[in-house]
Amino acid sequence: MSILINKNTKVICQGITGEQGQFHTRQMVQYGTNMVGGVTPGKGGANMDGIPVFDTVDEARKKTGANATVIYVPAAFAADAIMEAVDAGIEIVVCITEGIPVLDMVKVKRFMDGSKSRLVGPNCPGVITPDECKIGIMPGHIHKKGKIGVVSKSGTLTYEAVDQLTRLGLGQSTCVGIGGDPINGTNFIDVLEMFEKDKDTDAVIMIGEIGGTAEEEAAEFVKKNVKKPVVGYIAGVTAPKGKRMGHAGAIISGGKGTAEEKFEAMIRAGIKITKSPAELGITMKEALGL
Amino acid sequence: MNIHEYQAKEILAKYGVAVPKGSVAFTPDEAEEAAKCLLKNNSVCVVKAQIHAGGRGKAGGVKLAKSHQEAKQFAEAILGKKLVTHQTGAEGKEVKKVLIEEGCQIARELYLGMVVDRAKQRVVVMASQEGGVEIEEVAARSPEKILKEYIDPAVGLIPFQARKLAFGLAIDKTIVNKAVKFMTGLYQAFVDSDASMAEINPLVITKDGNIMALDAKFAFDDNGLFRHKEIHEMRDLDEEDPKEIEASRYSLNYVALDGNIGCMVNGAGLAMATMDIIKLYGGMPANFLDVGGGASKEQVTAAFKILMSDPKVKAVLINIFGGIMRCDIIAEGVIAAAKEVGVKVPLVVRLQGTNVDLGRKILSESGLNIITAEKMNEAAEKVVKAAKG
Repeated sequence: MSILINKNTKVICQGITGEQGQFHTRQMVQYGTNMVGGVTPGKGGANMDGIPVFDTVDEARKKTGANATVIYVPAAFAADAIMEAVDAGIEIVVCITEGIPVLDMVKVKRFMDGSKSRLVGPNCPGVITPDECKIGIMPGHIHKKGKIGVVSKSGTLTYEAVDQLTRLGLGQSTCVGIGGDPINGTNFIDVLEMFEKDKDTDAVIMIGEIGGTAEEEAAEFVKKNVKKPVVGYIAGVTAPKGKRMGHAGAIISGGKGTAEEKFEAMIRAGIKITKSPAELGITMKEALGL
Repeated sequence: MNIHEYQAKEILAKYGVAVPKGSVAFTPDEAEEAAKCLLKNNSVCVVKAQIHAGGRGKAGGVKLAKSHQEAKQFAEAILGKKLVTHQTGAEGKEVKKVLIEEGCQIARELYLGMVVDRAKQRVVVMASQEGGVEIEEVAARSPEKILKEYIDPAVGLIPFQARKLAFGLAIDKTIVNKAVKFMTGLYQAFVDSDASMAEINPLVITKDGNIMALDAKFAFDDNGLFRHKEIHEMRDLDEEDPKEIEASRYSLNYVALDGNIGCMVNGAGLAMATMDIIKLYGGMPANFLDVGGGASKEQVTAAFKILMSDPKVKAVLINIFGGIMRCDIIAEGVIAAAKEVGVKVPLVVRLQGTNVDLGRKILSESGLNIITAEKMNEAAEKVVKAAKG
C-alpha cells in the first residue's frame, strides 16, 4: 500500500512535447510509471516515443482512462493547465511548475471548490511511491520501497532526507513534495492524515521551512490525530526577516513564520525534531527504536 | 519587488484612489519648484524622503514646509543623507529623491491594508482605527481591533464588504461612499498589478470630509512581474544589494547575510538547511544562494564570481545534491568556474547523488585546492574550521 499513487495509476503529462515534459516523461517511463498519454494544445494526433498526444485533457482522459496528470507547463500558462485538468475530472493533479503568480493560484483554489480533484504543488518535485509509480522530477534511484512516509516543502532537501533513509536501510512508502509556494493544493495535514490511515506507513518525516503557519497547523493536527511517530525538521533558522529565500513562500513577514516558532510547535506536539539536516535519517531510526 | 511611496501613489491615482497632490524631486531646485506650485493653493507642503523603508518620519525624513524656500532647505538637508530607521539597519539608506506634497487638515488617521492570506488562500482587506501604527503591533496587542474581509476572486471586493469595513471604522455615514470608492479602487489596483501587499497607513479623513492616502506602500509578487512591464520599470536598483542585482541577472536566488562563509547550493530548502548547519557548527553564513535544481555551467560560474567578490567571505561551501543533474557535470562546472575566477579562499565541496563517485574523482584529479566532504555535517565542520584559518 501507499498513498496517492501506486502501480495502477495511469498518468498523462501536460506539456509533454516541451523540453521539460519530454525529458521527464522519458525518466518516468524508465522508472516504470504507466504513462498513458500527453497533452499539448494543437499537437493532438502526434505521439512522443509512442505515447499518444491529445489537444485537450478531457479527450486524453476519455481515451486513456488516466486518473493522474503531471504538469510541466510554463508558469504563465500553468494555472490554466491545472484548471483544465480539474475540469476534466482528473483525480491527482501534480504541478511541477515554479513561478506561478500567487493571484493565479488564488483563482485556481476558488475554481477547485467542491471538486474531487487533488492538486499537489505547484513548485514541487512531485510524488513517488518507490518501485511502483513516479510522478515528478525526483531522482528515482535514491528511493527504496519501505514503510517511511515523507512529506516536504522542498525538493533537494527531500532528496537529502530520502538518501539518508535509504542508506540506513529505511525504505519509503510514498514521498510527497507539497511545494514551496504560499498557496498550494495539498498541505501537510492532508498528507499526514493519509499516512496515518495507510497501513503500510509506519512513521513519517515532515520537512518544513520558514514562512506561513502550515507547519504549526500540522503540528497541532499531529498532536490530536497522529499516533505514528513523526520526525520533523524546519529549514531557515538563519534566514533574515523580510527576505524571500528562493521559494516564493519562504519569507518571514511581520516577524511571523520563523523556524523557532515552528520547531517549538513541533516539540509541543510530540514530534521528534532534529536541528541538523544531516541527521534526518538517524533521527527517524531512533524514533523507531532501531 | 518594492516601490517608492510616490510610485505607489501614481498607481493609486490611476485607479481613482484619492492621494494628495504632489511630485517627486531629485534636487533641491526641483523641490522648490514643486513647492511653489503646491503653495499657490495651500499654506503648507510636506517634504518626504523616498526610500524603501518605513519609520521615515521618526528618523527626520518627513518635514513640513511653510514656504518654497523652506521646502528647498529641507530637500537640501535630506537629499544625499543616510536615513537610519528601524527598518534600514544601522548603516541606513541614502535618500536620492524626495516627494513634495500638499499638506492637509487631518481629522482622523486610520489603517487600510491588503495582503494574500496564505491560510485562507484569498486576498484579505484589513482595516483598523489605529492609523499611523504598525499593523503587526496592533495585531500583537489587540487583534480584535483589526477588521477583516476576505475577497472571493470570482466577484472581487463587493461594495457591501467595503461598507462593512467603513462602518466598522466609524467613518461618518455622509462619506461612506467615498470610502467604498477608495477601497474598491485599491483592490482593483492590487489585483491588476499582481501586488502581494498594499498598505495605506495612515488613511486620513480630512477636516473637509475627504478620504485620502497620506502614505502608500506597495509590494509586488515577483512571479507576476512578467506581465507588468510598467511596474517592472519602477524597480529602483539603488535600493538593492549590488550582489543581489548581479545574481538576479543569472536567475540565481541570492540574499546577502552578515557571516563569513559563502555558500552555493541547489534548491531553496537545501540552501537554507546548509546555512543552518553552518551555524550549528559554530560558523555564520555570508549568504543564501540557490542555483536552482538544474543549474547550468554559466550559472555556477556566475554564482562563484559573486561569492568570490564578497570581501567578507573567508571560506566557501558548495553543497549540491545531484538529482536529475549529474554530479560529474556539476564537478566540471565547479572546476571551470574555479579556474576562471581563481580560488582565493578555502573551498569545501560536498557532492551527493547521481554519479557521485565520478564527480568526486574529477574534483580530486583537478589539481585545484578543493577540500571534499561526503556528508553535510562533515562539510559544515570543515568549512567552519577553514574560515577560522
